[in-house]
Amino acid sequence: MTASAHAAVHLAQLNVATLRHPLDDPRVAPFVELLDPVNASADDAPGFVWRLVEEGAADATGLRPAGENVIITMSVWETQEALWEFTYRSGHLEAMQRRREWFERHVEAYLVLWWVPAGHLPTVDEAMERLAELRANGPSHRAFTFASSYPAAEAAQHLQAASSAPSEQAARDSRPSPAGDAAAV
Amino acid sequence: MENIEAIAALQDPVRRRLYEYVAAQGREVGRNEAAEAAGVARTLAAHHLDKLAEVGLLESGSRRLTGRSGPGAGRPAKVYTRARGERSVSLPARDYRTAAELLAEAAEEAGLDAGLRAAARRRGAALRGTAAPCGGLEEAMETLAARGYEPHLEGTEGGDDTADAEPAGRVVRMRNCPFHAVAEGFPPLVCGMNLALLEGLFGTDGAVRARMDARPGECCVVIENSKNNHH
Repeated sequence: MTASAHAAVHLAQLNVATLRHPLDDPRVAPFVELLDPVNASADDAPGFVWRLVEEGAADATGLRPAGENVIITMSVWETQEALWEFTYRSGHLEAMQRRREWFERHVEAYLVLWWVPAGHLPTVDEAMERLAELRANGPSHRAFTFASSYPAAEAAQHLQAASSAPSEQAARDSRPSPAGDAAAV
Repeated sequence: MENIEAIAALQDPVRRRLYEYVAAQGREVGRNEAAEAAGVARTLAAHHLDKLAEVGLLESGSRRLTGRSGPGAGRPAKVYTRARGERSVSLPARDYRTAAELLAEAAEEAGLDAGLRAAARRRGAALRGTAAPCGGLEEAMETLAARGYEPHLEGTEGGDDTADAEPAGRVVRMRNCPFHAVAEGFPPLVCGMNLALLEGLFGTDGAVRARMDARPGECCVVIENSKNNHH
């Protein structure tokens, strides 16, 4: 990671997905086959910082903090754009496009984003809390989605305010996001 | 009004050729290159390119085209790219974009991916009609160009480049996503629809086939020769 003014905050992501069939079911086999290549492409993607992996495993599919049939992914990225490009403009899109074959449709939010201080690796508990916040209160600077994002500069201010008084620079940088800035409509 | 003025700027045939050339390159284009492509003098090209930038159809910047820097590198040259924004004029006023966004939002919430893809595949097949299945990549390029995809051939992706007329690994990529605004808002839903539309258009048992291969800044689908696919 390069040290720069923008390295103050990173974007954390949690995704929950309810399996229609167990992971060893042949109907989910195409998804399971995509796991390793897609995870490898995430690891090599620009702006990738970290992803959750179960101890002794290649991924996090064995962890089931949100329910017996609910798998999660969790990762940290340098910027929201980096996460967006990987999610929707890489081989990952092919898996997303087939999501209905493998996963139940969620009525509630299934993705939550939040800013963390650079270097902080979120815990699963912390991530589940953010998802609960998003589901209970709707998007805020503490828990948001691509469609309702909060700019990094604002997050830097909030994170700083949590530990000390906000600096003049952070206050100056804290502007509402321009309408065209959101990744999604 | 702003859109009408921008579009009206293309009425001049030289200006239109310059715009189409810059747009088709998908990279920064200098004045000399654009002038040559449009078959006009450099000063005339410069005038029209700047006019296109002024109305917002192109974006301009400066770059040292030789890649050199420091003393002796010369003055940076002015370069142009197509502006990212969309322009449309509808008379009388129509707003299909809002309708598309609302329908996409509802389809996303209801999880209608499969139904949307089925409809798109039917539409693609209907657009093809009774025409013979697409014979190859060149023909596919024409079909795609007519639908606004801005196709271009991309060579061997590290594949074995033999002396064959049709090197393995040659694919058609597309610079433009005709569904850009809704695709950005609902990527899996709308990109899946786009793939199904192209599958319908080219068929799944002909000489070419559509495959999803998303990358930044381009359409998420590539068209390739069926026989070159080893899956």
